[in-house]
Amino acid sequence: VKLLVTTDRFALESALALRADGDELLALAVGDEPRGRAFHHALAMGADRAVRVWDPLLAEAGGPGGVDELALAAVLAAVVRLEQADLVLCPAQSLARADDVTGIAAAGLLDRPHAYDVVGVERVGERLAVQRRLDGGRAELLRLTMPALLAIRTGSNAPRRPDLRAVRRAREQPIAGLGLDELGLSAEALDVSAGARVFALREHRPQRSARPIDGSPAEIAARIVELAGEGIAP
Amino acid sequence: VSDVLVLAEHRRGELRPVGRELLGAAHALSEQGLGPVVLATIDAEAEANAAQAAVGALLAERLPAVVLAAHGRGALGFAPALAARGGYGFARDVTAVNWERGELRAERGVYGEPVRELGFPGKDTVLLLLRAGAFDPVDPRGAELEQIELRPTPDARVRHDGYLDRPVEARDQALGEADFVLAAGRGLADEGAQGIARMQRLADRLEATLAVSGALVEGGLAPGVRKAGISGRRVAPSVYVALGISGAPQHLAGIARSHTIVAVNRDPDARIFEIAHYGAVADAFEVLGELERRLG
Repeated sequence: VKLLVTTDRFALESALALRADGDELLALAVGDEPRGRAFHHALAMGADRAVRVWDPLLAEAGGPGGVDELALAAVLAAVVRLEQADLVLCPAQSLARADDVTGIAAAGLLDRPHAYDVVGVERVGERLAVQRRLDGGRAELLRLTMPALLAIRTGSNAPRRPDLRAVRRAREQPIAGLGLDELGLSAEALDVSAGARVFALREHRPQRSARPIDGSPAEIAARIVELAGEGIAP
Repeated sequence: VSDVLVLAEHRRGELRPVGRELLGAAHALSEQGLGPVVLATIDAEAEANAAQAAVGALLAERLPAVVLAAHGRGALGFAPALAARGGYGFARDVTAVNWERGELRAERGVYGEPVRELGFPGKDTVLLLLRAGAFDPVDPRGAELEQIELRPTPDARVRHDGYLDRPVEARDQALGEADFVLAAGRGLADEGAQGIARMQRLADRLEATLAVSGALVEGGLAPGVRKAGISGRRVAPSVYVALGISGAPQHLAGIARSHTIVAVNRDPDARIFEIAHYGAVADAFEVLGELERRLG
């Protein structure tokens, strides 16, 4: 089985726990990070290979303000196809970056079964036993056939900390680079893939105000309980 | 002109309240010149692959101009896949949407990031995930509109295997992964550690995780591991209820990705109201007392 992980610590930890003898674990990052710290960290944690995709065109897809998430998904899907990865692990509810729709979007392009906000996963034969987070701290248990894609919830496991020797060793390992050409992607293809075009960026306007909750403290408490139940009730 | 489709989640047949905000946004688009509003409802806990197929079939049949769903765990589980696969326009964290001179415009952004003004050239259907609290609600009962109830059929590749009612990490879990956070700020410091202890008991009863603002940590009233914010723990729960927090920038940036923020503060100019989705100007202790009374 070939596992592919975007360089997220929690997704990586899940992948390392799932890896069996003979499996290959590949860490992928799409970006222009010059020193490749994320890759070295992934290698030090235990990934077998690291692949980096970068092309200046990526910065332009979707206009200013960062790479469009759906254009990124097209890149991720192309790498998964090229590498013929059986299981893809991505972040969900990632706090560091707002890219937690990219994985699920790639699953759509690849026509693979997927699960979002996964808090537990095990291999059972050819299948994956997955715990998907529901509201109220509950979870749904699912069995998914591979190939599949899982978005692993940030904070749902304890990523291992590589020791210094592993970090030093990782710094000496090569990071393979892939360009858009090798993935069969063009500027036009990325532009079509993009979900939206950013026309302008402006500073956050603080004058947007909260929807008011009026009334006595008792009425406010009642509304808070209602709003909390809306988000988390079983 | 094509329809405006509202994709609203229900729980045991009852529409989630945020659905009324989706309808409000949809009616505004309709009044700006888009077609009639159609309300499609789906079980909030529908399995994502099955939901994707059911909604995908509806979109292929109806070809709506816009699909509005709530930015939350439900739609995040399948809407990106649907949009990528169908070549639809897509945006998350949407706080404004308008139909101007025959074109759809939207804005997205969370606190701490610049606001992005979006267009969707070349997209006949656009799927938007709207932030709670950003749109005026409309009651579906008064409005005359077509309603469709989606009943997803299971995906052959995904088998439902039951539920876990209390996953191990559910109760009082680490802040960074909490799904429901009850947060205390300076407004609850007057009673010293007593106020924080009351909040902890309330959090236990609500099965929430307790967080505090930096002021309480600095005041020695709570340990640093409870601190939410850039200089503490970043959080992204479904619900963040803040009592007596005025909102230092580092705190606001650290909680900005929460799906629904409810804030109570005595000061109507408190900065937390700039980021909260729902806000009450009131004394935090009085509201805490009423919450305790309600929950026994």
